[in-house]
Amino acid sequence: FQDQAEQFFRSGHTNNWAVLVCTSRFWFNYRHVANTLSVYMSVKRLVIPDSHIVLMLADDMACNPRNPKPATVFSHKNMELNVYGDDVEVDYRSYEVTVENFLRVLTGRIPPSTPRSKRLLSDDRSNILIYMTGHGGNGFLKFQDSEEITNVELADAFEQMWQKRRYNELLFIIDTCQGASMYERFYSPNIMALASSQVGEDSLSHQPDLGIGVHLMDRYTFYVLEFLEEIHPASQTNMNDLFQVCPKSLCVSTPGHRTDLFQRDPQNVLITDFFGSVRKVEITTETVSLDSDLAGFESK
Amino acid sequence: RTSIASRYETVYRSTTAQEEAALNVATAQEADAALCPLQDASLGSLTVYVVPETSSVLPQGISVYVGKHRSALVRAGGSLVTLRARLRQLTQVMSFTASSIATALSDRMPDSQLSPDARRHLKSSLGTDTCPSPIPWPRGKPSGSADPKSHDVDWDIEDAVNRYVQPVLDKLSLVANFSVDSQILYYAVLGVTPRFDKETSSFILSAHSLPHVINPVEARLGSSAASLYPVLNFLLYVPERSHSPLYIQDKDGAPVSTNAFHSPRWGGIMVYNVEAPGSPQASLPLHVDVDMVRVMEVFLAQLRLLFGLSREELPPDFLLESPGNEGLADWELDRLLWAHTVENIATVSTTLTSLAQLLDKIGNIVIKDDVASEVYRAVASAQSAMAKLATGHLHSAFQASKEAVTSSERAFFDPSLLHLLYFPDDQKFAIYIPLFLPMAVPILLSLAKIVREARQRKKEPTKMD
Repeated sequence: FQDQAEQFFRSGHTNNWAVLVCTSRFWFNYRHVANTLSVYMSVKRLVIPDSHIVLMLADDMACNPRNPKPATVFSHKNMELNVYGDDVEVDYRSYEVTVENFLRVLTGRIPPSTPRSKRLLSDDRSNILIYMTGHGGNGFLKFQDSEEITNVELADAFEQMWQKRRYNELLFIIDTCQGASMYERFYSPNIMALASSQVGEDSLSHQPDLGIGVHLMDRYTFYVLEFLEEIHPASQTNMNDLFQVCPKSLCVSTPGHRTDLFQRDPQNVLITDFFGSVRKVEITTETVSLDSDLAGFESK
Repeated sequence: RTSIASRYETVYRSTTAQEEAALNVATAQEADAALCPLQDASLGSLTVYVVPETSSVLPQGISVYVGKHRSALVRAGGSLVTLRARLRQLTQVMSFTASSIATALSDRMPDSQLSPDARRHLKSSLGTDTCPSPIPWPRGKPSGSADPKSHDVDWDIEDAVNRYVQPVLDKLSLVANFSVDSQILYYAVLGVTPRFDKETSSFILSAHSLPHVINPVEARLGSSAASLYPVLNFLLYVPERSHSPLYIQDKDGAPVSTNAFHSPRWGGIMVYNVEAPGSPQASLPLHVDVDMVRVMEVFLAQLRLLFGLSREELPPDFLLESPGNEGLADWELDRLLWAHTVENIATVSTTLTSLAQLLDKIGNIVIKDDVASEVYRAVASAQSAMAKLATGHLHSAFQASKEAVTSSERAFFDPSLLHLLYFPDDQKFAIYIPLFLPMAVPILLSLAKIVREARQRKKEPTKMD
């Protein structure tokens, strides 16, 4: 009975995917790239493989001519933590990060010539983490300083994913100004959303670094990452703890979340259900009995 | 609302002389083998032979024997009612039950109604590939991993695959196409440190640490970089000398006889312990000849489970013949096909409904001709599949359902159907008014002036001198 009860509360997923998107370009938006790369590093540390991560960075900060420390992207002042190490696999870079490509990745309507690393090959048992950061407003998110994605389009894209059962459960995290407006319009089941600020509020950046000359991280993501540092693949920490991250005193904006579309109680949702990749395993108890003397080459 | 109605069509007849002769042998296995060529072996059909109660062809205590192909032997005994109940149970075992069909429709049903089995097996998937050849499905990927300093592993994988795996895949080729690759990985890390157990002087991997074993290995397998289709990985792990022998323990702490575990939708891992060398001075690396039969027995069992071919609980008087080297019995293939056909048809209906809803919503989306023709083809194939399923022609129903799914997926995932066209009305006004209003002002004023002059001219009579 204990077993059955456990199973009821556990998520039914068998694999994990992550789609991490940084939508802003230009050197002074360094912090958005650092945000995304830090989440990427955390997700990799919790063992989601690169083949299951779609990383979209709208600009190249590490090799930007204005970077005083080339080939690095720091997420902590005094250059403590380089998140652009040897092991970063960027799938969509620079001008490839467009609203169209993002929606194509989500809905799966990709031209046949797209390589595998640029696809989201999730199925109905995949838990997907979607993290977006950049500049946003009430109901939209700016891509590349030239186009926008609205909350209605995003909600429709998720609905298309649901129709084709391209996810089991989805966690949507957004760190932009007025981020809560982006999840207002969701209507598909099994989506949980977190945002760094409410409508009408701005999300603020965290630390400037005088050596590099720009702000290195945004507050909300900084505190989320501090929270994730405590998580290891076998953690039992649940989502309610993630909701408490970055209260107004630290973040200046009020983080919000939305769980009404989610079937399970956030209390029972483990952080590793989305950020990590813990496989369900079963012991193999049966064997097939084979006759080794049969001449196998004369099979029917 | 999805609902399924099932119907069994039964034909009764007495045995022919040849069948009598075939049944007159010592064991049920021989009878099964002898009867096979005499049957109508089309997919989806079953032949049940009712033998007299006193017949010796069935062993003692067994009243139902299910063979490797599509036939069964049932001992007549007791009343007709018990016989009928037994026959009904038998047919359900060999074809489909309400629960197996429910599993196929699992994404349309609330989660709580499903058994754990339902989540384990691979859903039939055709991906988004548009290649015209039969759609390849999973790629089997057996891998071996070892530490080359201490073990020189020699595994004859090609021979083993040809002998044991290929026959199973050939049998399943009706369902999908498979490709098999293999590789050897050196210096693979387990990701979990096994515990040393003093009593048995062996290393133990407990059940709760198993989920963490797979991911570090998977990152190095590189299998998913190669293919767009679902990959099933079967990994044979030879532990390094410092961690030998390594055993897996289940939740209750008991050692697992197969020393293997599997993960739904991913594959399986088996730990292969190598005999420690007799003397410590034995030269390294040790040559290891992997016993492929033992390995393949486990891998094939895992393959069966991952395909959803699990055996249900049966009463003790049922005897199921083991399929042996073929890996799965013909009637098990039938079971798969029944479930997959239903699943395919349900998928087609959801896909096309969703596509229709999308097109309704975005009025100005452009449908290319080939997308339209794929949709028509999908609908026609689905209808034909349903008709054939109703008459019990399993093979053609399955083929039709596969075509229907291919066409509907191609239509749904066509890259041209991307709707980026959300224009709320206020944005339309906001864009067009600043463009047209300044232009419109002088135009409207001039028009008004022209109209006024025309009217005045009409009113004033022309001055005539």
